[in-house]
Amino acid sequence: MSAAEYLRITGLHAFYGESHILHGVDLDVRRGECVSLLGRNGAGRTTTLRAILGLIGRRTGSVMFNGRELIGLPPHRIARLGVGYCPEERGIYASLSCEENLLLPPRVAGGGLTLEAIYDLFPNLHERRRSQGTRLSGGEQQMLAVARILRTGARLLLLDEVSEGLAPVIVTKLAEVIRTLRASDYTVVLVEQNFRFAAPLADRMVVIERGRVAAVIAQHELDSKRDFLQEVLGV
Amino acid sequence: MSGLFGVPWPALMGQLMLGLVNGSFYAILSLGLAVIFGMLNIINFAHGALYMMGAFLAWMGLRYWGIGYGWALLLVPVLVGIVGIVIERAFLQWLYRLDHLYGLLLTFGLALIIEGLFRHQYGVSGLPYEIPAPLTGAFNLGFMFLPRYRAWVIAVSLSVCLGTWIVIEKTRLGAYLRAATENPRLTAAFGINVPLLVTLAYGFGVGLAGLAGVLAAPVFQVNPLMGSNLIIVVFAVVVIGGMGSILGSIVTGIGLGVIEGLSKVFYPEASATVVFVVMALVLMLRPAGLFGREQ
Repeated sequence: MSAAEYLRITGLHAFYGESHILHGVDLDVRRGECVSLLGRNGAGRTTTLRAILGLIGRRTGSVMFNGRELIGLPPHRIARLGVGYCPEERGIYASLSCEENLLLPPRVAGGGLTLEAIYDLFPNLHERRRSQGTRLSGGEQQMLAVARILRTGARLLLLDEVSEGLAPVIVTKLAEVIRTLRASDYTVVLVEQNFRFAAPLADRMVVIERGRVAAVIAQHELDSKRDFLQEVLGV
Repeated sequence: MSGLFGVPWPALMGQLMLGLVNGSFYAILSLGLAVIFGMLNIINFAHGALYMMGAFLAWMGLRYWGIGYGWALLLVPVLVGIVGIVIERAFLQWLYRLDHLYGLLLTFGLALIIEGLFRHQYGVSGLPYEIPAPLTGAFNLGFMFLPRYRAWVIAVSLSVCLGTWIVIEKTRLGAYLRAATENPRLTAAFGINVPLLVTLAYGFGVGLAGLAGVLAAPVFQVNPLMGSNLIIVVFAVVVIGGMGSILGSIVTGIGLGVIEGLSKVFYPEASATVVFVVMALVLMLRPAGLFGREQ
């Protein structure tokens, strides 16, 4: 495995009970890269993220992260290796205040943002820090879900549909944050429905169809492959 | 005026105090059940048996090894907690994905086995446990005599309940527990060792039952059935307070103890059923319990 290769997924199969969702996903992500997983609903993008973390019923194949095999490790050990996860449903806890939500994930490595830096980045969260987590607006909850994993020092961020259902101002803000993260050598895997949000951010687009990687398109090929993307994504 | 509705003050205050003592036991026991239900999703029917085990361990400690009340108060909850951890690792951890019913049946079976073992060894007649010397006697409050040991039980119970509430609501460990109760999978995805928290929560919950057992030893007679006599009322308390609610279990435990005590003064015939009448009323008006969240 070359030093630049940070996350390497080979032949990943995933199952929810009886249903077989991923049928051999192969995917490489280099350090400092932003990769976007595109595809229709139910194609297996979210399941790919969840399978990296071991949050699904059963998985086989190989997920190498920073030289460690993740298959067989329980989720909390995987997170401790430096993987931050922002789930599609945001996962804000109702029984925790905004600030408790923010402070919940333990630090897994040095170099995470301080609480002050996070409040500078998201001033709304500072204002609402004492509110119950689920009393925040949708946009605030989304910021909280992203901010929560920036504190921990995790260098691989798995972001699931972070722009979904948000006002354009907030989407712009999140894009800005992701750009800043990339510039500071974070590795980002982005599951996105919103092609316009993902396209300018991602170094590569990975199209997932029926639980497999159907195509990989680099940023510079975007224009020439636009017709193809339109066809597979219906955008 | 020398009473309320014709009941003399000393009798009223005496029953109120007894109600507070019983309420203290209800509170500690239902608090443990609430912590366990929240984290494990299991209705711990073995709770009464582990409370009884706590009382017996205190008695055995004194009888066989000369371990006094003070040490028992510290050691017995830890021992019962360890028994709980063994039970969780050996049996309960396999049931979390299944229906509540399985956990309930398994813990009910364990309760029968534990009680059976103690009955086999000690029979069903009560064994006496002396009130420790510094806690004998009574305070003269002017309007009534307050036995020191009862005051002690109430004080310990309130401190333990308050301490537990503070740890769960105000500390980082408590935030982990609340998060793991609400969404265990996501909490694990943040790097928190949820299975370990679950084991510790069970150990802690039954440790509280053990503590209640030690506190109870000098008040009630130590006998193998003392747990099953109490636990039915405690389950009613848990239902009234709202399954899994920490504050609900504490407030409801003490409140129902008092209601039960007062009904002994005003209408003794109802004292054994008043808790269940309250339960029926609460379930009609608020099916999730007084402090419970609607699912």
